[in-house]
Order: sequence, then C-alpha cells, then structure tokens
Amino acid sequence: MSLSTLIDTPSELTDGTSSKSAIVLMTRIRLARNLAGHSFPGWAAAEERAEIVKQCRKAISAATPMKRGHALSIDEIPELERQILIERHLISRELSGAKEGAGVVISKDQAISVMINEEDHLRIQVLRAGFQLRKAWSVINDLDTALEGSLDYAFSPKLGYLTACPTNLGTGMRGSVMMHLPALVISNQMEKIVRAVNQLGMVVRGLFGEGSDASGSIFQISNQTTLGETEEDIIKRLEAVLKSIIEHEENARAKLLEADAEKLFDRMGRAYGILQNCHILSSSEAMNLLSLIRLGVDLGLFPAEQRATVDRLFIEAQPGHLQHTQKGQFEPAQRDILRATRLRTEFWSFPKPDYDRPGRTT
Amino acid sequence: MASNLKCQICSKPATVHFTQIINNKVHKIDLCEACAQAKGVTDPSGFSLADLLVKVALNPEPVAGNELRCEKCGFTQADFKKHGRFGCPNCYDTFKGMVEPMLEGMHKGNKHIGKTPKCALERQSFSERLTALETGLHEAIRTERYEDAAHIRDEITQLKQSQAAVQQSH
Repeated sequence: MSLSTLIDTPSELTDGTSSKSAIVLMTRIRLARNLAGHSFPGWAAAEERAEIVKQCRKAISAATPMKRGHALSIDEIPELERQILIERHLISRELSGAKEGAGVVISKDQAISVMINEEDHLRIQVLRAGFQLRKAWSVINDLDTALEGSLDYAFSPKLGYLTACPTNLGTGMRGSVMMHLPALVISNQMEKIVRAVNQLGMVVRGLFGEGSDASGSIFQISNQTTLGETEEDIIKRLEAVLKSIIEHEENARAKLLEADAEKLFDRMGRAYGILQNCHILSSSEAMNLLSLIRLGVDLGLFPAEQRATVDRLFIEAQPGHLQHTQKGQFEPAQRDILRATRLRTEFWSFPKPDYDRPGRTT
Repeated sequence: MASNLKCQICSKPATVHFTQIINNKVHKIDLCEACAQAKGVTDPSGFSLADLLVKVALNPEPVAGNELRCEKCGFTQADFKKHGRFGCPNCYDTFKGMVEPMLEGMHKGNKHIGKTPKCALERQSFSERLTALETGLHEAIRTERYEDAAHIRDEITQLKQSQAAVQQSH
C-alpha cells in the first residue's frame, strides 16, 4: 500500500471513535526492544543500522497484525508526510529527524506502529481510542511475543529488556493516556496535579510528548519507572492514578458550574464566536478554543455527537494535516489564515450553544 | 549556606537547588542558572529529575587514561556522559559498577520481574549448548578420544532434533 493511501485514510485518532470518551481521548502503550549482539541505533554505524532495519522489517511484516501494513523508510517520506505521521502519533520527532537506516511499519488500521532505529532498535506502539490500557497491553503483548519468535532480543535476567537509555530498562514499557483536562486548567489545579502525579512515579507531558506545551488542555500521563514491577502492576498503578485524575476533573467541572457558571459560559460562548468569525488563527489558539467547545459538549451546551467533530478538528488544525488538505506547503502566517477559514466554515454549520441544559458530563 | 555548592553539570557556582520526590525517595540536584534553564528545571510541568540524574550520576569525572571501554562496541564512560545512552546491550555488563548505583531511585526496584522473551532465551541457551558441545567434539577429535567424540556427536544430533521440534511447535 502506498504512502498516500496511508495519509488519506483516517487514523484511529482522527476517525472520531475516540469521541465516546469525555475525558480520556486515547490510550497508548509502547515497548522498547533491542536485538542482541548489535550496537544501539545511536551508536551503530550506517552499515549496521541498515542490517538492523532489514532484520526487523522482515520479522515485523510477517507478524499477523502487521500484514498488509505500510513499511516505510524515513528518508523516503517527504517532510510534510512525516509531520502528518507525527501528528497522528505514528512516528516520533526523533525518528522523523533520523537520517538513513531508520524506518517504521504501520498496520493497515494505523492502530499499531513499529519504529525501527529510533532510540532503540524497536519501538513497538499500540494506539487505542478511549481509556483502554488493558486491551492495548493484550494487543502489544501478543505482537511482541510474535516478534520475539524470530528476533533475538537483548535481555538480561536481572535488568530485563536492555535499552539504550537506562530509564527504560526492565519492561521497556511506557503506558500513556491522553486526557482532556480543561476544568483543572481553568481552576489552576494542574500544577498541583503534576506534582502529585510525579510523586507517584508518573510523568505529565503535553500532547506531543517531551517538551511540547499543553495547548488545548490535553495532557499525556505515563509511567516513568519501568524496572522492578510487572507490566500488569504498572498498568494497575496507572489506572488508579488516571481514575483519580478523572474524578478531580469531574469535580472541578461541577465546582466551576456551581460557583462561576456565567464566567464558564462566557468563555465557551466567546470561543464559539471566535471560531465562527476569526480570520487569523494559530494552531495553539485553535487548540485552546476547540478545547472549550469540547468542554461545552461534555457539559451539554452542544449535542454529544459534535464531540467527534471537535476531535477531528483538533487533528485537522495541526500544521501537517492543514497543509495536506490545502494541498501545498505554506508559511506559518499563511497557515494561520487557512486554518481560520477552515474552522470558520466548519463552525458556521455547528449547532448554537444551548445554555439552559448544562450539567451533563458524558 | 548553599553558596559553596557547585553546579553538578558544569561546576560553576550553583544557584538553583531542586528537590523532587520520586517513589518516596528524595532526589536533590544543584545547578547554575544557565544549566537549570537549559535542562528545563524552571518549568516544573515538563521536567523530570530522573532523566537528569542519569547524566549527573557519573560525577566525579572518570580518571583519564584508565578508562573502561566496552569490548563489543568500544563505548566509554565519557561517551555515556555525553549521550546519556549506552552503546550496545553488552555495555550493561561492562559498566555494571556504574549502572547499579544509577538505578537506585530511578526505578521502583533494581530487579526485573516482568515479561521474559521465552523463545529468544530458548534459542540462546540452545546455541550456547551447541557451541559448548562442538568445542568438546573438536577437542575430543584433536586428542584422539574417538569414543567420546561419537558420544558428543550423538548429543549434538539429539539437541538439534529437539530444537527443530520446538521451533515447529511455535
């Protein structure tokens, strides 16, 4: 299958199935794996990297869930398409910046991607809409077992799966959940949450991982430690933390409605007005406005089925996707105009807010 | 009182003193303002001390000339200090003395108790046993112990057969 088919097919995240869940957008699990007897990608010479890609690609393409998927070399993917894959969380920025001897295999439904020669030889990743850590673990565990049937993993009985960076030793597993937490942001509680979550051995990051900001009130919460616990224990611990964050977000929403409903409606109403009338819109402002509309859907101001529209627009407002639909490469200033036009059209036919029936949170 | 502390990255006087509690263990780090900025310490939401500790754990400077070097990939302690990542899986053996203290506080424990790659380990132990037997066979032939050699050859055949059976069942 070609790269353009891949790009034109909506991903697990863009097809709106994620919209069933009000607070948790997406679940992701990744496993870091390396081949025994080879240098890690960052240290391996070009020839060795090429050999690793060859071996891994063969094993991955033979695994059942990856059949009829896309096997791509990074240096073959044009820059814009790489940006789109990053926005869909199918490759990382680090892999996108790699030179020769790096690649990715993406399953047909775009729910699984295996990066080759990123920080480790293999970064296996499973994406799922909504809060689905267990399901994602069961899928990724099976795929990992299948790959191990033909690849010799670097493994030590004491340190577990050996990874380029010691922070990933042991299970090599990182479970992440993408959460929409607007009420905690509005009521200035995020800093407190971040601190509490850090103390539990978990990390909070922005939507696109390390170093990215939290525009749109979307946060990625994941386990930081990987050694000394089983995969199931890590998942259990993550689930407990996430459930408690969901509860805090729900409480914060209820409190905002109770104490300051006018102020909250004002924010959401203004967001609606701007989206209908703006002519210049940066991607970060777009994210923040869409976040308020999404909160409006959760609170019953807009019909529940519009959550899918908002989630689709979250992705379409990203620079890569925007330029793809506009069929060209544009300077940031031009992009802001195109983005505004796109969202204005979209919101012109978006239902008007109904301020009389608030309080619903699903 | 803290004025005599040095930045743990560049050794300039430290003005930023950061404490983070991870898994109920207290981690402290002292940095100069420039390094604190560069490492994102001033942004509490995006900063994790554990990542930084990896790089600082190697202080004091390794003694020059007498440096440990991974025999498989040529990686040195100084390389780790520069990259924060190892050269190859074998480095974990080579730099064992350095890895163990680093893991304290970085993780929940220092012993893996999760999933194990069963097939890969089986293959590994198979190839190790095969190599051992083959060495024994050559040695037996060289010293003209033909009866032993015949035994070992039988063992090799048996081992290969059982491995083939295992692979078919996968």
